[in-house]
Amino acid sequence: MKPLLAVRDLVTAIGGVRVVDGISFQVAAGETYALLGESGCGKSITALSLMRLLPDGGRVISGSVQLGEIDVMALPERDMRRVRGGQMAMIFQEPMLALNPVIKVGEQIGEALALHQNLSGQPARDAARGLLDAVGVPDAVRRLDTYPFELSGGLRQRVMIAMALAGRPQLLIADEPTTALDVTIQAQVLDVLRRLKAEQRMGMLLITHDLGVVAENADRVGVMYAGELVEEGARDAFFAAPQHPYSRMLFEALPRPGDGGRLVTIPGQVPRLDGPMRGCRFAPRCPHAVARCRAESPGWQVIDDQRVRCHLAGALPARSEREPTAHSVKQAAQPLLQVDGLKVHFPIRRGLIQRTVGHVRAVDGVSLDIRAGRTLALVGESGCGKTTVGKALLRLIEPTAGSIVLGGERMTAKNASTLRRQAQMVFQDPFSSLNPRMRVADILLEGMDALGVGAAGDRRGAVARLLHQVGLPDDAGGRYPHAFSGGQRQRIAIARALAVSPRLVICDEPTSALDVSVQAQILNLLKDLQDSLGLAYLFITHNLAVVDYLAHEVAVMYLGRIVEHGAAADVLRAPRHPYTQALVSAVPRIEAQTGSGIIRLAGDQPSPLNPPDGCHFNPRCPYASEVCRQTYPEQTGLGDGHWVCCHWVAGQTWGNSEMPA
Amino acid sequence: MNSIQPVILWTDALIFALLLAVLALVWLIRRQEHLLAPWRVVAQRPMAMGAALVLGAFVAIGLLDSLHYRAQLADSPADAPQYSVEVLSVFDALTSGLRSRQEKTYSAPLAMQLYAKEFVERDGATVRDYPRLQYGGAHLQHADERLPDITRRTLTGATQGGLASLLLFGLLAGWQARRTQLAVGAWLAAWRQGSLNWPGRTVVLMVALLLMLGGALAQLASGYHVFGTDKVGQDVLYISLKSIRTGLVIGTLTTLVTLPLAIGFGIAAGYFRGWVDDVIQYLYTVLNSIPGVLLIAAAVLIVQVYIESNPDIFDTAAARADIRLLALCLIMGVTSWTGLARLLRGESLKLRTLDYVEAARAFGVSNARIISRHIFPNLFHLVLIAIVLDFSGLVLAEAVLSYIGVGVDPAMYSWGNMINGARLELAREPVVWWQLGAAFAFMFTLVLAANLFADGVRDAFDPRLGGRR
Repeated sequence: MKPLLAVRDLVTAIGGVRVVDGISFQVAAGETYALLGESGCGKSITALSLMRLLPDGGRVISGSVQLGEIDVMALPERDMRRVRGGQMAMIFQEPMLALNPVIKVGEQIGEALALHQNLSGQPARDAARGLLDAVGVPDAVRRLDTYPFELSGGLRQRVMIAMALAGRPQLLIADEPTTALDVTIQAQVLDVLRRLKAEQRMGMLLITHDLGVVAENADRVGVMYAGELVEEGARDAFFAAPQHPYSRMLFEALPRPGDGGRLVTIPGQVPRLDGPMRGCRFAPRCPHAVARCRAESPGWQVIDDQRVRCHLAGALPARSEREPTAHSVKQAAQPLLQVDGLKVHFPIRRGLIQRTVGHVRAVDGVSLDIRAGRTLALVGESGCGKTTVGKALLRLIEPTAGSIVLGGERMTAKNASTLRRQAQMVFQDPFSSLNPRMRVADILLEGMDALGVGAAGDRRGAVARLLHQVGLPDDAGGRYPHAFSGGQRQRIAIARALAVSPRLVICDEPTSALDVSVQAQILNLLKDLQDSLGLAYLFITHNLAVVDYLAHEVAVMYLGRIVEHGAAADVLRAPRHPYTQALVSAVPRIEAQTGSGIIRLAGDQPSPLNPPDGCHFNPRCPYASEVCRQTYPEQTGLGDGHWVCCHWVAGQTWGNSEMPA
Repeated sequence: MNSIQPVILWTDALIFALLLAVLALVWLIRRQEHLLAPWRVVAQRPMAMGAALVLGAFVAIGLLDSLHYRAQLADSPADAPQYSVEVLSVFDALTSGLRSRQEKTYSAPLAMQLYAKEFVERDGATVRDYPRLQYGGAHLQHADERLPDITRRTLTGATQGGLASLLLFGLLAGWQARRTQLAVGAWLAAWRQGSLNWPGRTVVLMVALLLMLGGALAQLASGYHVFGTDKVGQDVLYISLKSIRTGLVIGTLTTLVTLPLAIGFGIAAGYFRGWVDDVIQYLYTVLNSIPGVLLIAAAVLIVQVYIESNPDIFDTAAARADIRLLALCLIMGVTSWTGLARLLRGESLKLRTLDYVEAARAFGVSNARIISRHIFPNLFHLVLIAIVLDFSGLVLAEAVLSYIGVGVDPAMYSWGNMINGARLELAREPVVWWQLGAAFAFMFTLVLAANLFADGVRDAFDPRLGGRR
């Protein structure tokens, strides 16, 4: 069969650097081809090369792209405009940036319709409504007259998809279409894409770094590394037996539920593409590399259904099982941190005299405690208030109400600075959390100086010790942050937090901006530090796989309140709250799905400005009853410190046995 | 040789203080790699370096013109010397020929006759004709010798300049070749191909061009009034060159007044927010809604009255003109900080929410320290871009203000005053255009150089353009 898209030996250079270096693949109609790789491996540039939308200085040097009968590279720019959108369309990662904020949604879709289907006026409006219906936007007629900012992230991404479909493309290129979205929304959007592909027999090129998304959506998979395709194969074969050492290490670097073993990390970094290349590009980081790998670039080898570029293809040792290591169970009797009834309300001011007209209840009565040496994971979707909890604990945001007891001492505005020695924070984005104008040593010294830790003369020695502790070279102190990669920067941020020897570290999504292999390094580091220093972590995240790996206990937050709390194994393996169930089931997994299907939640998280009456979750809950719409549920204990706030669970539990909350 | 008495005017003191500050900053920047890196980018841009050379020439003239002194009167006794009331500068001493060769009234550029007819004695009879100039072309016998003489002088000057630049280039090549441990030939080849790590060709050609132009001007000026003379017969070239200092003082000292206000208020408003932000915003909204010219006119008037009622403080005309110039800088600085402050406020608002500021707050670092270590270094590039961009605007503003009569002292040499003086003569037939033309040419060169240099600085420092470096 003739493929829909055939790419042969595509080479793209940006400013003289060959970012994409000779890749070939084919996509058939009705097939999803996933291009998998870590950041900087050239997958987005591949997509932009296909669309001929390369950034300044980018140029396709050689290779051919055949779309159906069209030779894309040979078209003049005028005809190319017809192909873009008409023959192949693209969805981008950030829906807020891809939609024009001052034009109504309906007009933006209408623009694409006018261009590719020559529709205008009422027929265009009808067609736009049809498209929004097709991508599952509820209340499509009304949505046509809204502006992008009035829509939530998930709806915006669907509008983007609707626009991409307006030209009835044969090929849809989706560049990380769900990376900016929450898991429950991601599940909705991926559903839409799968359905559309099946209905319209589109080919789809899915670009992603997430193995879980690939496992659930792709038919065939291509793995990219440093500008080259290193492995290709059908999804099932690939997931059953990845052949390239890089693919294998990607799998092993992924935290998986149910095993607490050390994650495999890939040593070193992706090679710089502007230098000369000899041999296999992965050889410097490959544990199996032999002399030949460094001298000679490997060609394609075919193994059954898979193709792989590796000299040792088929001869690699079987995949080793990770040895599970037991969680260290150092139990302290006294909780290190006790939070009771924490509330953070942001006033909304309007009008000339800034009258307070309402409050955003970002955090609305959160209670939790953490013992020394333990990890509590605070899980929830974006906007649920989990980061606000972390910042309020350090009084970076002044709490409205509630008590915080740290190490037996109540934290107030007065003694906040002395208690700050006991609790520190690691931030999400390692690029914005380090001052680019300060040397690493000065960054580490800042906390010690401000809090007066140790004698001034000893601090230089302390910096060297910290750098060693987080696995950075000794000379790192004299350099500026821009000299380090994302993972190394996150190590610096961890070292900064450790500089004042805290007992509690609040980690705010410390790995979500990092690649899988780097994430594994940071998770291992955090675990080692916990074992050696007896640190307690409050781990704020939306990534349930990471929670499974690191946390002892889990608290699930929804709209400013904790809805379920318990030991990590209990909450993740046997979630009771309908929201937790949906959250757990929506995570794309690389193992074959067994048993129950994914629970799809309708709609989005409501605004904390105006939470629904009764249980906050009731508008999206499949089990909601009348009582859920009226009163907020009390805690229902399920034993072993596992509790939920849900009328439905309470009803079941009360039915079985009388269990006081 | 008469002894001299050095005079330090207020603006002189400030200019040299500024020079010291700039040198200190350069020394600081050279030691910090991250501060040096963008300047390296500036240094690699041919356009910016060419503009910097022109600016450098202007600054050199301005600095020479800022070393003031009073000469001893020739007939005063040695033990109780009396000094002239006229304040001169080193620049005046270097160009004394230009200063002293005063004609009666207007004469056209490179002319040998006055621009107005007078009764002159010729062969015993009194006729009405254009009289010969006292100095301009005085060495010529006949009018038809003028053109060949001008051509010869131009060529001689240009050749001298060319020879000087060749000599300089030879020295440069030798020095660079030794520093980079290359053969001189190899260095020359690299220079010709433009493969040096600095824009060697542009810099060398620009220096040669400036030297040749300077040489030709010097040759011509020794025999003619290159840009003609003004109403009272003063050499327009001399006035234009003297005006450079005024322009530079306005451009730099005003910025010096602006910066503390803009940085202080901008960062405070953005970082502290709340009532501090409200107060500062009200302040600059109010200031912005008063017409600037009105404020400036009022302030200049007050200073004028003060000077006149205290004649004993300002003993020379130069001191009086100088204090008025300083007052103009002050008032322009006070009225023009709002734009930069607003920009810095916005940037501080953004920076204060960044994680590294939060991290510092989590350590309990004081506000002053957060501002000095986290906020200010990260918006310094904006300040720098604003300084360079504002400079040309201020030079032009001076011209406009002097033109409408609220600028510098009328006795002071400035491009604005030149334009103001030329205004009435534009209605004359035939028109007197050279005063306006000279002021225009000098201002245009300075402002264009400043703008081109500002472009280079902005490109190097603006993080949004970072990818195109």
